[in-house]
Amino acid sequence: MVGGYVGKILRVNLTKQKASIHEISKEWMVKYIGGEGFAARILYTEVPKGTDPLSPNNKLIIMTGPLTGTLAPSSGRYLVAFKSPLTGIWGVGHIGGHWGPELKFAGFDGIIIEGRAEKPVYLWIHDGDVEFRDAGHIWGKLVPETENIIREETDPEAKVLSIGPAGEKLVKISTIISECSRAGGRGGAGAVMGSKNLKAIAVRGTGGIDVAYPDKFYDIVKEMHEKIRQNPVTGQALPKYGTAVLVNIINQHGIFPTRNFQTGVFPGADKISGETLAEKYLVMRRACAFCPIGCGRFTVVPSGPYTVITEGPEYETIWALGASCGVDNLEAIAKANYLCNIYGLETISTGATIATAMEAFERGYITTKETDGTELRFGNADAMIAMVERIAKREGIGDLLAEGSKVFAEKVSHPEISMNVKGLELPAYDPRGVKGHGLAYATSNRGGCHLRAYMISPEILGIPKKLDRFKENEEKIEMVKYLQDLFAAINSLVLCIFTVFALEPKDYASMLSSATGIEFTDKEFIRVGERIYNLQRLFLVREGITSKDDRLPARLEKEPMPEGPAKGHIVPIERMLPKYYRIRGWDEDGKPTKEKLEELELVSL
Amino acid sequence: MSSRVLILDPLKCTGCRICELACSYISRKSFNPAISRIRVITWFEKGISIPIYCQQCDPAPCLEVCPTGALYRDSETGVILWNKDKCIGCKACIAICPFGAIFYDPKEKLITKCDMCNGKPLCVELCPTGALSYEEALRIIDVKRREAASKFYELITKLTIVGK
Repeated sequence: MVGGYVGKILRVNLTKQKASIHEISKEWMVKYIGGEGFAARILYTEVPKGTDPLSPNNKLIIMTGPLTGTLAPSSGRYLVAFKSPLTGIWGVGHIGGHWGPELKFAGFDGIIIEGRAEKPVYLWIHDGDVEFRDAGHIWGKLVPETENIIREETDPEAKVLSIGPAGEKLVKISTIISECSRAGGRGGAGAVMGSKNLKAIAVRGTGGIDVAYPDKFYDIVKEMHEKIRQNPVTGQALPKYGTAVLVNIINQHGIFPTRNFQTGVFPGADKISGETLAEKYLVMRRACAFCPIGCGRFTVVPSGPYTVITEGPEYETIWALGASCGVDNLEAIAKANYLCNIYGLETISTGATIATAMEAFERGYITTKETDGTELRFGNADAMIAMVERIAKREGIGDLLAEGSKVFAEKVSHPEISMNVKGLELPAYDPRGVKGHGLAYATSNRGGCHLRAYMISPEILGIPKKLDRFKENEEKIEMVKYLQDLFAAINSLVLCIFTVFALEPKDYASMLSSATGIEFTDKEFIRVGERIYNLQRLFLVREGITSKDDRLPARLEKEPMPEGPAKGHIVPIERMLPKYYRIRGWDEDGKPTKEKLEELELVSL
Repeated sequence: MSSRVLILDPLKCTGCRICELACSYISRKSFNPAISRIRVITWFEKGISIPIYCQQCDPAPCLEVCPTGALYRDSETGVILWNKDKCIGCKACIAICPFGAIFYDPKEKLITKCDMCNGKPLCVELCPTGALSYEEALRIIDVKRREAASKFYELITKLTIVGK
């Protein structure tokens, strides 16, 4: 038998209010594994070139993998994939919490959502059944209230993913949230759901997941749990300080993007660090389903203007709403994080877009006239918080900021102040001091993203081996490709990417093999990742992406870092790209060659 | 009779539910929280998770209500076990358990409850934070008492130093 999978993908047509079921073929399991692999395959064949991302023709694909909901470490995650309304290309986000495994327990590996409901609805999926339910009474509600109402109406143990008002209002930097604070879907997943009049999906299931060789699988995963416990990153740093352990490390390397990437050194870093968070505000550690790492934070700001009880903030959020906006007040950041969660906003793009607006304000491209009197300067925590709410509600200047930093910067006639790649705001590492990471940004399939090849790992942390962060040699370019393929494969399992600090490709391959009963070597496992990466690239190429889009903002390619340990450096992307394309087997325009597609068995598509 | 007990430190529970899958694996070789004998209840808005499992009560309402003697106490370990052959599926034990810790497997149509894995509970072994532990009751009380006293100790030390 093939284990690990439920074996079924649910297709939901919102226009017709009909559901159908696809069996998953063994060919797909071998070629794409699951997760991002299945999602890329479906999106490529079902969402043709030029599809309007907010039209009924776009599809929202929710997918788990063969290891989701098993004892494999950190197997609680799932992903959403779609054509992004922010970037016009492949959009994807991985979400933690408990929803993904529950979908499998309810009888499905994934869901393809198509069409548009006439009126707001939510889906109630339980043990193989699907119900379309009226959501008129919860449309407009914040995420926590939405979850509570739906649990009351369905099952107190149901897991709920939903959008907040931001997704309903088609904010292009909105996201999907489950269990109140687990977010995912950079590039406007929330808006795609909103455009379909789909407020939420509740799931509950009592089925189980059987693996092909339970005892062998158990012995392997037990060893993996031990590896994670022993590893300094997954066993100590992340459990103790959360992802925000990075704040001080990254700032000390002079690559903590500050005031919209104007410098890489933030004087207030320690005030917003993981250490400060743990010391002053942390009340509980939290974990996603079946995760021994538990990097989640539960935080309380007990009094003052920013009083809040919330999960988070994690590293990227602390940076985006903090250093990026020049804000060194951790209480204000926690409050803004909470607001993003309840309205359903994606914190990286939200913070980065506000930072762009702050730069525009300081340079005089906009004035208090456009901001309705707000002094939108770097460091103004209250202005930052006010902007979060205005973006979520599309009020005043928030209506323009809701389109993301690229559209905003173009609208004020200064496109150079938007720090994006392919329309997606860059995250919390200034690549001028980590050049491989710069190439990873430039060639990420979803645009400005750190999670398709986390080059910080070799360039700063020395995992799997230390690479000189300022060099742009062949070895480093090969590492970018290798990590992109490896991450794509891990994202098909679906396991949390943080496991990569402790586990090796052969570990993933052996978990996958013993779970499914389909033998994968480590090389075959990474080859699936390469196939997925190329298939996603084909989606981008079809939408018109070429080498000229695989570039960083001019500030990072041309303006040397002004101060700190990375002073004087730029990212010479132009020099790196031809080598990268050659290593990838792509032509000089960044298009996968026929030979490469033949080698990866992608020609028939 | 062993006096070891399965004890929870709720401040250490991250809500990861690894215990649930450890339990379903050890009992049925499957990964399924619905047949697990330990279940975690979480308040997501408050970040609080509480695993619920059999407390091996003494006297135990389930033992008293069981009409056929299918539920019985192991004289050596004090753990309440269950004999499938004597069970008539009346579910009286489920109805009377004050913790909701006797579970029901709808597929197999059988009750299911914690049997302490013959003295080596796998949920404890795989719990990544030590929120669950399986120890002698007296030892646990010793630790807790010392922890409580330590708070006074710290306070008094501070006061005497300040006083001098």
